[in-house]
Amino acid sequence: MAIRRGRGVAAINYPTGMNLGGDPTQALVHSTPTGNFMVTLSSVDLGQGMKQIMAQICAETIGVPTDRVIIDTADTDTGPHCMGTFASRGTHRAGNAVIQAAKEARQVMLEVAAEELEVNASDLETDGQGNILVKGAPQKSISIFDVALSAHFKRGRSISGRGMFLIPRSYPEKETGAMKPSTCYAHACTVAEVEVDDETGEVTVLTVKNVFEIGRALNPKMVEQQLVGGSWMGISHALYETTEPYYPNRDHGGTDFNQYLMPGPGDLAETEIIVLERPSADGPFGAKGPGEMCANPQIPAVANAVFDAVGVRIDTLPITPERILRALKVQAAS
Amino acid sequence: MAKVPVQFTLNGAEKAEFVDSGTTLLHALRDKIGDTSPKGGCHQGTCGACSVIIDGELRLSCLTLAETCNGAEIRTTSGLAEAGVLHPLQRAFLDAFATQCGFCTPGMIMAAKVLLDHTPNPSREEVVEALSGNICRCTGYEPIIQAVLRAARANSQNAA
Repeated sequence: MAIRRGRGVAAINYPTGMNLGGDPTQALVHSTPTGNFMVTLSSVDLGQGMKQIMAQICAETIGVPTDRVIIDTADTDTGPHCMGTFASRGTHRAGNAVIQAAKEARQVMLEVAAEELEVNASDLETDGQGNILVKGAPQKSISIFDVALSAHFKRGRSISGRGMFLIPRSYPEKETGAMKPSTCYAHACTVAEVEVDDETGEVTVLTVKNVFEIGRALNPKMVEQQLVGGSWMGISHALYETTEPYYPNRDHGGTDFNQYLMPGPGDLAETEIIVLERPSADGPFGAKGPGEMCANPQIPAVANAVFDAVGVRIDTLPITPERILRALKVQAAS
Repeated sequence: MAKVPVQFTLNGAEKAEFVDSGTTLLHALRDKIGDTSPKGGCHQGTCGACSVIIDGELRLSCLTLAETCNGAEIRTTSGLAEAGVLHPLQRAFLDAFATQCGFCTPGMIMAAKVLLDHTPNPSREEVVEALSGNICRCTGYEPIIQAVLRAARANSQNAA
């Protein structure tokens, strides 16, 4: 009986979005009378930071500072349609919709500015600080504040835009079954080191090293926090969490938080996160969906590490001490 | 059923309420007094989201009866900022990206405050121990541990 050490590696491809009769998200953008921009969405910020990312995307497209953008994700009764914040689709689908809406709003904004400055709209550019300048003659300029006032009170224009991003439904080919169920794959690879006590079946994750390829990180600090949390969740899925430990049998399933195991702050593995940025062709500013995929590669990596340590394949999650001991018993008998 | 009078100070302000006997402090704070910074997560003392400070000690407000708090001095996360300036712990949680959905954050900050009040320069192990009664679903804890250590450093620099 001994503590045995093992190392496992796993790599994953993970899609963005899904394929249930099409995957649409809609966005609306309009300016306030003072040149702030309101983005209306039905997509929900769960804490992953969608409001911040959508504000950055809108601001970058229109050419204003991020703090000039207000995101309203409040209400599916009144907001434009979104399939929802799931399937790692929020940044990608809503982001593309916001870009389209913001482009349309920007065009109206430039047309109003062109009338005020008596130039062609195509000769105008934004400075990212809230001003519109004539290309090559930046001394001729107007603030977006003044453009919005003019649009509202003088020219009767609505500085607004509509955005709709749709991944159409993909049907399988009858002969081959080939289809495109999702788009924009993110990638990840994890190496996990574990110790397995072959007497108790207990697994301790020592280190977990992750590389994530997530398109472009639109907000690197927020990407990092999601990946750090996701890596921990992956270990939690691998070793701890279940509502039905004997699925499909409900026996011994937890009924409340007391009986739902998750690792606490004392159970953390030494964690390393490396982000590779390979901008995606169809993502907003090259982004992909890092949401769910960041909690996936740890699971097979831990399973492989357990195999490396004690030579048993656990193919049911979570990898509990009981499952390991039962497998060791079968191994010893054969 | 007769209501029970309860009087205590909340973040330095006198509060008086009539509550049903058996009302939890969490319910009294959130639904009677309107301080919604303590969160009701599990309502059975497991998750720590409802943590408040009573007479300097960390307490689970979901397991504390309001009527036992007569004369107590109660502190919650909503009372930490002074004159619009965030408490060093709140600042550190922001700077360390230690919050995502935010539901555990007030309880985490209360637990961390009691730790730093007693142990201004804690080790990582002491931080982990202090946070061990609080569950977080999003962050993986590491950013929270780092935030508490960061707040401790900021405090010791201010004191120096």
